[in-house]
Amino acid sequence: MTNSKSNACSRWETPKPDATWRDVPRAGIIPRGGNAAEYETGDWRSNRPIHDAELCIQCRLCWVYCPDSAVMTNEDGEITGIDYVHCKGCGICAVECPKDGAMVMVPEEI
Amino acid sequence: MSLAQQSGENRMALTGNEAVAYAMKQVNPDVVAAYPITPQTEIVQIFSSYVADGEVDTVFERVESEHSAMSAVVGAAAAGARSMTATSANGLALMWEILYIAASNRLPIVMPVVNRALSGPINIHCDHSDSMGARDSGWIQLYSENAQEAYDNTIQAIRIAEHADVELPVMVCQDGFIISHALDNLYGLDDETIRAFIGTRIPRYSLLDVENPATFGPLDLQDWYFEHKRQQAEGMKNALDVIPAVAKEFAELTGREYGFFEEYRADDADVVMVVLGSTAGTAKDVVDAMRADGHKGGILKLRVFRPLPAAQLVRALQGKKVAAIMDRAESFAASGGPVYKEIRSAIFDCEQAPMTSNYIYGLGGRDIRPEHIREVFNQNLSAAETGHIDTPVRYLGVRE
Repeated sequence: MTNSKSNACSRWETPKPDATWRDVPRAGIIPRGGNAAEYETGDWRSNRPIHDAELCIQCRLCWVYCPDSAVMTNEDGEITGIDYVHCKGCGICAVECPKDGAMVMVPEEI
Repeated sequence: MSLAQQSGENRMALTGNEAVAYAMKQVNPDVVAAYPITPQTEIVQIFSSYVADGEVDTVFERVESEHSAMSAVVGAAAAGARSMTATSANGLALMWEILYIAASNRLPIVMPVVNRALSGPINIHCDHSDSMGARDSGWIQLYSENAQEAYDNTIQAIRIAEHADVELPVMVCQDGFIISHALDNLYGLDDETIRAFIGTRIPRYSLLDVENPATFGPLDLQDWYFEHKRQQAEGMKNALDVIPAVAKEFAELTGREYGFFEEYRADDADVVMVVLGSTAGTAKDVVDAMRADGHKGGILKLRVFRPLPAAQLVRALQGKKVAAIMDRAESFAASGGPVYKEIRSAIFDCEQAPMTSNYIYGLGGRDIRPEHIREVFNQNLSAAETGHIDTPVRYLGVRE
């Protein structure tokens, strides 16, 4: 877990190495919001979606359906690629994509 | 004049279910979500009429299952609401997954449980298989002998659950039909006294506090899960201090004293019967009759099963000749019921531990009569003399 995106309302950071059960918030509560982005789930992936900007028709169905908000867009809302730090490789984007070859799943290389 | 009368308590004739519904009315919880199941149904049915009549401020959620009922009160409790539900038997079983989530999220939900046999074979009558099955879910468990205790335990449970050192959910158990549907005399405090006693819940965090956002129930893997379980164990340990402290304050209001257990004529007893729930009432009568004949029987009626007051049990049973331990549930361990296992383990630390015997009784509402209790005492008084118990685990009242 990284703290690179810690926001202003942060009142608690990752426990120090010598912290005990007495030191951490009860019940695992994280006393600040918006911290899901800090949890990197990209390494769960066994298949990787590949976005082809040439073939993409910008329908944005992949962006709508992505359960992890891992489809990236630019200021105009156009699909620019995949956030591989968070994409778990579920493949929903490729299933929903109506354009052959615009979003394809390929096995991750080990 | 009793303290109850002096303090202006109302004398009422209510069933166990009515008494608990009335206690809930006086608690005036923020949220109640429930699903009907015999023999609990009446509690929520009566409570819903308080809601409909505007006698409480509660948001009452009718849900489609007990899994949803427990899920709804988990959400409400996480939002900071004082939240309650009630159930029995298979309803409790359907809540199972969420029972653990309520406890591990340290949510002080109070839930009356009207004990009923778990199916199958399908049966609606009393035994303790439902709540005994949930004994390791992280909930505090209080057992009641009669409607008065069900009422008093419900009120005290709010304070125990919400105490800052505890923050754990509480089941308030009463025997299905035997207590829940039987009319009983009891004293009740007035609403103002109850509300002053329980105060207002001050949650540590609230889902609805947008100024101080927090993440509830995040993924917790090898790194910190163990520490959070350790904290939870400490909360249960702290309940051993909080439960008597709350009982003391309650006794100051009512004169009714509650410990981890009640000892009845146990001081000089050779044989102590360890029992919970309504059977303790029957057993007290039997002990009185036996004492008149010169036989030294006594009762230890366990009120608090979670946390288990192990050190106090050691002190209470130290030096007795036999502890006859009653289980209204079969754990299918092929070696005795759950109360037996726990008590036997606790008193292993006695310098002079009593011999122990176990009686599994009353399953599926099978009647437990004075002659059954007398049979238990007779067998164990003989064992006290011979110093030998040949059959440690017996089934009482079954067709052999």
